[in-house]
Amino acid sequence: MKKRLRLTVSEAFTIFGQSMPTSPATPAPVSVSRRRPWPVEFYRSAVGKKWVMGITGIALLGFVLAHMIGNLKVYLGDGQLDSYAHFLRELLYPLLPKTVTLWLMRTGLVIAFLLHIHAAASLTLLNRRANTAYRGPRDLAVASYASRTMRWSGVIVAVFLLWHLADLTWGVTPMAAEGWTPGAVEANLVASLSRGGVAVLYVVANLLLGIHIYHGAWSLFQSLGFAHPSYKRWRRWFAQAFSAAIVIGNVSIPIAVWTGMVG
Amino acid sequence: MNITLRAWRQEGPSDEGRFETYQVSDVSADMSFLEMLDVLNERLTLEGLEPIAFDSDCREGICGTCGVMINGRAHGPQAATATCQLHMRSFRDGDTITVEPWRAAAFEVIRDLVVDRSAFDRIIEAGGFITVATGSAPEANLTPVPKEIAETAFDAAACIGCGACVAACPNSAAQLFTASKVSHLNLLPQGSSERYIRTERMVDTMEQFFGSCTNHGECEAACPKQISIDFIAMMNRDYVKAKLNNRGRA
Repeated sequence: MKKRLRLTVSEAFTIFGQSMPTSPATPAPVSVSRRRPWPVEFYRSAVGKKWVMGITGIALLGFVLAHMIGNLKVYLGDGQLDSYAHFLRELLYPLLPKTVTLWLMRTGLVIAFLLHIHAAASLTLLNRRANTAYRGPRDLAVASYASRTMRWSGVIVAVFLLWHLADLTWGVTPMAAEGWTPGAVEANLVASLSRGGVAVLYVVANLLLGIHIYHGAWSLFQSLGFAHPSYKRWRRWFAQAFSAAIVIGNVSIPIAVWTGMVG
Repeated sequence: MNITLRAWRQEGPSDEGRFETYQVSDVSADMSFLEMLDVLNERLTLEGLEPIAFDSDCREGICGTCGVMINGRAHGPQAATATCQLHMRSFRDGDTITVEPWRAAAFEVIRDLVVDRSAFDRIIEAGGFITVATGSAPEANLTPVPKEIAETAFDAAACIGCGACVAACPNSAAQLFTASKVSHLNLLPQGSSERYIRTERMVDTMEQFFGSCTNHGECEAACPKQISIDFIAMMNRDYVKAKLNNRGRA
């Protein structure tokens, strides 16, 4: 039998009575993943979760914009807001039965909300594990107030959203005003916002929503990978204009009720 | 100049660590920050005390070995500057300077201001090889590369792997480092064959050690090479494509 002459490096070290030098061990990985079907695999990654947050963010921004524009019908008076609400229930009728389109959109929104919140929560946990706090002072150079407070503005807006639904969609007391009637959208709105504390709550919540979507509307371009020089400078502008439009449109309504312009 | 230095002292990875205060007198404004530490260490050695351990090598901002948190900023207050390029003229007489090591779960403190950045090596290893012919140097203009692409790839290749992006990031994310390494190869024809497999493997390895990007932009501000977060967007886009292209692959 032919004798093996070659030694591996570690065998050579053993012969000389030494153990092979090893590089210092890298600290243990924070997480290790296994192979699964690709959409699952993609969502399991942090970059994938950010992508999902970007896509669901676009869906939610679309909703927020449509909702704000729809709300402005309150200024037309003459029962226009009520008939708009009625129109939403009959969207695509008779192609589809009444309220089906509305429920399809609601289902999409609920899924978008759940994915957005799940991704945000699990990324927050990942970041907590990956982070070690500085013991001395920390001087942030550019991080905006909006970007630093995303998780707080997000949680507060989500809680406000439930309150808002109980108030104006479900008519649950004590959130809804006295005399809440299904379908009487404008009357319910005016009754609700005539309560001083509630009007303040709506204003504050909408300011936080504005802060949240100001960072979100810029950040989603990064997460989805859109940074081409030809439109890069418009991303910030878009985020500012979009969030300002939402805040001005929405906040104007409690102010209009308070000043008696509406109702 | 007279400086009060609050420096982080830690015997080893398992030691608690603490700040210790030193008075450093007769500091020349022309000294670099590291030279100021050298002067202090010389004195500590003469006094029979343990000098402050810190990493440094080239001391001209090209190797990425040095890097500490100075007054809460990675590489100190001056933009586009590695710690070794920061001079004491950036401070005023009587200033108190706090100096701390990079902090991240993946960057374990080895001693004082020295951290273990080998998690970066794991990301680089995950990138694997690029397919190029070996042997004698190829004809210079055999592979045409448009100037803009070459410039952009070079902007990414300027990364010195110092870790300031991770240190500056409130999430301890290594997105800017990984994006630079991924992009400088992905942009060039020489690196395009393994574009998607490299992107997937490097990002997946990065996520085993580091946090996730929330687009604060702190990394870009801290980067001594001023690498743009546009590369992060580029990497994010390549990663989506990679997950699609590489699906079903072992």
